[in-house]
Amino acid sequence: MFGLDKRDTTLLLIVAGLTIFAPFLLNPFPTDSGLAQFNAGYPDLMQRFVIFGIFAIGFNILFGLTGYLSFGHAAFLGVGSYSAVWMFKLLSMNVLPAIILSVIISGLFALVIGFISLRRSGIYFSILTLAFAQMSFSLAYSVLTPITNGETGLQLTLDDPRVLGVSATADGSIPVTNLFGMEMRSTYHLIVGPWDFQFNMGYYLCALVMIAAFYLSIRIFRSPFGMMLRAVKSNQQRMNYTGLNSKPYTLAAFVISGMYAGLAGGLMASMDPLAGAERMQWTASGEVVLMTILGGAGTLIGPVLGAGFIKYFENIFSKINDNVLHGWFSFLPDGLEDFVVFIIHPFIGKGWHLTLGILFMLVVIYLPGGLVEGGQRIGNWFKGRKKSDAHQSKTNPAE
Amino acid sequence: MDAFLLQILNGLDKGSAYALIALGLTLIFGTLGVVNFAHGALFMIGAFCAVTLQKIFSLSFETVDPEKTDFLGNPLKVKTPYVESWFGPEFGGAIIDWSVPLAILFAIPIMVAVGFIMERGLIKHFYKRPHADQILVTFGLAIVLQEVIKYFYGANPIPTPAPDTLNGVANLGAVIGMDLIYPVWRIVYFCFACLIIGAVFAFLQFTTFGMVVRAGMADRETVGLLGINIDRRFTIMFGIAAAVAGLAGVMYTPINSPNYHMGMDFLVLSFVVVVVGGMGSLPGAVLAGFVLGVLESFASMEWAISLIPGINQIIIYLVAIIILLVRPRGLMGRKGVMED
Amino acid sequence: MSKTDVSRRGLLKTSAVAGAGLAVPTIFTAQSAAAFTNNPTGGTVTLGFNVPQTGPYADEGADELRAYQLAVEHLNGEGDGGMLNTFSSKALEGSGIMGKKVEYVTGDTQTKSDAARASAKSMIEKDGAIMITGGSSSGVAVAVQGLCQEAGVIFMAGLTHSNDTTGKDKKANGFRHFFNAYMSGAALAPVLKNLYGDDRKAYHLTADYTWGWTQEESIKAATEALGWETVNTVKTPLAATDFSSYIAPVLNSGADVLVLNHYGGNMVNSLTNAVQFGLREKEVNGKNFEIVVPLYSRLMAKGAGENVKGIHGSTNWHWSLQDEGSKAFVRSFGTKYGFPPSQAAHTCYVQTLLYADAVQRAGSFNPCAVAEALEDFEFDGMGNGKTLYRGEDHQCFKDVLVVRGKENPTSEFDLLEVVEVTPRAQVEYPADHPMFAGGQLGSCNPGA
Repeated sequence: MFGLDKRDTTLLLIVAGLTIFAPFLLNPFPTDSGLAQFNAGYPDLMQRFVIFGIFAIGFNILFGLTGYLSFGHAAFLGVGSYSAVWMFKLLSMNVLPAIILSVIISGLFALVIGFISLRRSGIYFSILTLAFAQMSFSLAYSVLTPITNGETGLQLTLDDPRVLGVSATADGSIPVTNLFGMEMRSTYHLIVGPWDFQFNMGYYLCALVMIAAFYLSIRIFRSPFGMMLRAVKSNQQRMNYTGLNSKPYTLAAFVISGMYAGLAGGLMASMDPLAGAERMQWTASGEVVLMTILGGAGTLIGPVLGAGFIKYFENIFSKINDNVLHGWFSFLPDGLEDFVVFIIHPFIGKGWHLTLGILFMLVVIYLPGGLVEGGQRIGNWFKGRKKSDAHQSKTNPAE
Repeated sequence: MDAFLLQILNGLDKGSAYALIALGLTLIFGTLGVVNFAHGALFMIGAFCAVTLQKIFSLSFETVDPEKTDFLGNPLKVKTPYVESWFGPEFGGAIIDWSVPLAILFAIPIMVAVGFIMERGLIKHFYKRPHADQILVTFGLAIVLQEVIKYFYGANPIPTPAPDTLNGVANLGAVIGMDLIYPVWRIVYFCFACLIIGAVFAFLQFTTFGMVVRAGMADRETVGLLGINIDRRFTIMFGIAAAVAGLAGVMYTPINSPNYHMGMDFLVLSFVVVVVGGMGSLPGAVLAGFVLGVLESFASMEWAISLIPGINQIIIYLVAIIILLVRPRGLMGRKGVMED
Repeated sequence: MSKTDVSRRGLLKTSAVAGAGLAVPTIFTAQSAAAFTNNPTGGTVTLGFNVPQTGPYADEGADELRAYQLAVEHLNGEGDGGMLNTFSSKALEGSGIMGKKVEYVTGDTQTKSDAARASAKSMIEKDGAIMITGGSSSGVAVAVQGLCQEAGVIFMAGLTHSNDTTGKDKKANGFRHFFNAYMSGAALAPVLKNLYGDDRKAYHLTADYTWGWTQEESIKAATEALGWETVNTVKTPLAATDFSSYIAPVLNSGADVLVLNHYGGNMVNSLTNAVQFGLREKEVNGKNFEIVVPLYSRLMAKGAGENVKGIHGSTNWHWSLQDEGSKAFVRSFGTKYGFPPSQAAHTCYVQTLLYADAVQRAGSFNPCAVAEALEDFEFDGMGNGKTLYRGEDHQCFKDVLVVRGKENPTSEFDLLEVVEVTPRAQVEYPADHPMFAGGQLGSCNPGA
């Protein structure tokens, strides 16, 4: 189906199913139970899951296939967001032109940076991309404030000169982003007993885009072009000796992956029309590296899993506070309750970084192939040995 | 002219910190082939050795002063450090005052131990793994280390002043009949950095141990075949590299009050320094540290900013890009290191 | 004649399908259309406390969180009631807000506008928060304020000092109790004149982002009105940690006052470096060289240690104030946590009480009703004297403190002493002042 073989089709359908039913899957706990804290099925986080999924899928096309480790990918995401917000300010609140522009602009930006950075390889390439991204961040924060609005981030205002559309709505507020009239923020609540499932327009737009992006990445992985990129990773020198110029291929991969980042940035701005400079900081670039490696670099599904993992921690664990803990453990005797809360306290709320750091280390130490390898191991454990051999190749790293 | 001289001094001073951190990074990279993203965290731990020692010296007992009241209107509890009550206020006060220099002695064993534990407990298992994995695991370690420090010391900077006698300014220009005022502690820091750098080079150059290590850096397998336990020596070098970063941190505390994320502030910079100097080249790392420090200082001068707005924000990265494009192996690096 | 031929059987079929379709909503009830976002329907109401828990401002965020917890206790009638006893409005009775028990959720802004918005969104979308408050920087405050405007909830700003928050970026759903850069300038200028005279040459070092610029602009305008000359203004990168290369040129610039428009870690480092270079002992033009830090934060000043001694600046509030409101707040905070509250804690505590009071007086949680109750509301007993929430820009007007680093502190909290309480009249400005121009409040948005 869709020009994919059976295995890839299954994978695509699984991803599509997971994203479409995410509002159910991510909301397993009734809203009034203590475990509702772990529900992730609200629009903003679901949007973030898929948007960062797109970002990581794109990053993986460069890193997973060619082995070039870019430490400045967040710059393209930032540029994408800025272009999208400017489109909202100047043209129209329709997300389509904004997303298209952000993909184009970040593609051009990636072309320039890629053209220069790809003159070097290995860690030199990483440092070059890092340097470009840090320069973009520093300038966006200070000197370029007229374009980027610096510290505060680029926002919509009531007097934006919108060519197609109004500056302010009749009741005096800023118009909202939409796709031909369908508002991105509109959410349908489905309340089933104690469960509250939220179906958000913006999320489904992002989800569709992500499924398309995922499909495209499968096609790239399986194409002769993808094969060529893998050849770059395994031995670029040998490739050059056979008379092939590898640079156009790596540059194409770099630009494609930059455009994916721009797409993610454009979507992010479409869901929430704000573009902040810190989106371009090296820590943001580091985050997508972590997502990809954590999930499993070079695998198709890995980056998406890694993105979900990190965003889940950032948004769910940071919100657990002592009050919540006391609520959970209130069934314990007083002294014991305090003790348990005392033990857990450093790892939640303001300590979520610590938990994330520890989990990183554990995953990297014990699961070199990332979460995907973890999944395979669990899968192997459940299935018989014979069966698992057939499945093994499904999500093997690209090498 | 004065302005230039001052900026050169500032640059050398900043460069001292860059050079010391980059030196440690290069030692680890050159010997073990590991890209250590936790090196900034080692610098930070060094700084917190000084903080800890100051806290230990200032451990106090409380006496109630009935004449004064605290913010709630209760009688004020006056704190007297134990050292002051044991050794008298004068000598005890002097001990607290000198806690930063004294912390050097305190930090060396701690940093070496931290280095050993890191290498044996964690990094050892990553020699055969890809660089990306090494980066990720050391980055994770850096986060864990800084969060642990934050848990115990809070997020705010903690003041750790230099001893009173070293706190003022000195007129460096007096000898040549110029007015060149510069803080004493910054001069101390620069001299200290030179001393450490000199010591590391002397150790590698003139001791048998150092010779073996250098041989191991050049060709690990052959040295191993000669029946030398090169791994153990490399572990010791890791401890030394950690101590260098730690001492850089200890002495840095009076310049800027340490906080838990100071390591991250230096991390990216020090990688740029290492690459500009040339991966794996020790003299290159030191040279690049000082050069980038001076350039950074020059870039913050007004004529530079009016020439290129924002140059002070990006100078380091700009230099890195130019160097990497014009001279890819860095200032003093060998060709082909880490190209793949 | 209509051409449609409706058979009886066909009609039955159709109505059965339609009936089934109609029956669905009775199994899955869609949420009833509320008049505004997150209308609290049960016996509780949820507030969202969005403070920095990681990053450089984590300690300040932790102090804000303590104040919020205290405020919630007091609103629910636990503890000693704190400022509820001194607050001039007596609408609150310690029985929650409009009889609903106050609950709260917390989040981490990370001092990044993106993360702050994500966190605020999760509180609104997932936890049903009716009001968002907190923050420790202007960038975050402006970003979250914009979000709350879109989402249709009230935003009660925490620590944010930039003119823009209630100037060019003001929003109908956003309210600020904290003072701003203009007020700092207006309060400091007369004190500086008394202390240092009217013939001074000032050198500004400014953090290179929006807040720094508005502060530089405000202080420059206020001091130049005194007759001071501004020798130079230099922007420093936010990421800078070592300010030596910016301090060194001050030595030979001919300036005799250094103004540090820095906050947080930047302030600690630039002040430490300035003192290292001997600026405090220096004499220029026959006058003692002086350093001014226009926005002081006690928590941060602690990081600069001895270096703050004798250095002037302004703050929104300080725990040593002796009015009844401040004393009551310091007493309950100090008894609960063992140390005095910071100005960030104070403003957050007051904002929570003001919100609760406004709801109570409006008799509704509807953001538009609450906003109306807050606009042009005048109150007293909250620590800064008689205070007005101006309706035109949602900025509080109240007394501003000029403080100085204390020479002989008696405890680790006793870092600052109040030099002067600048009366409200002196820091007031018209809503269309050029430093605040360029934005519109818009109309209040109740969401849903």
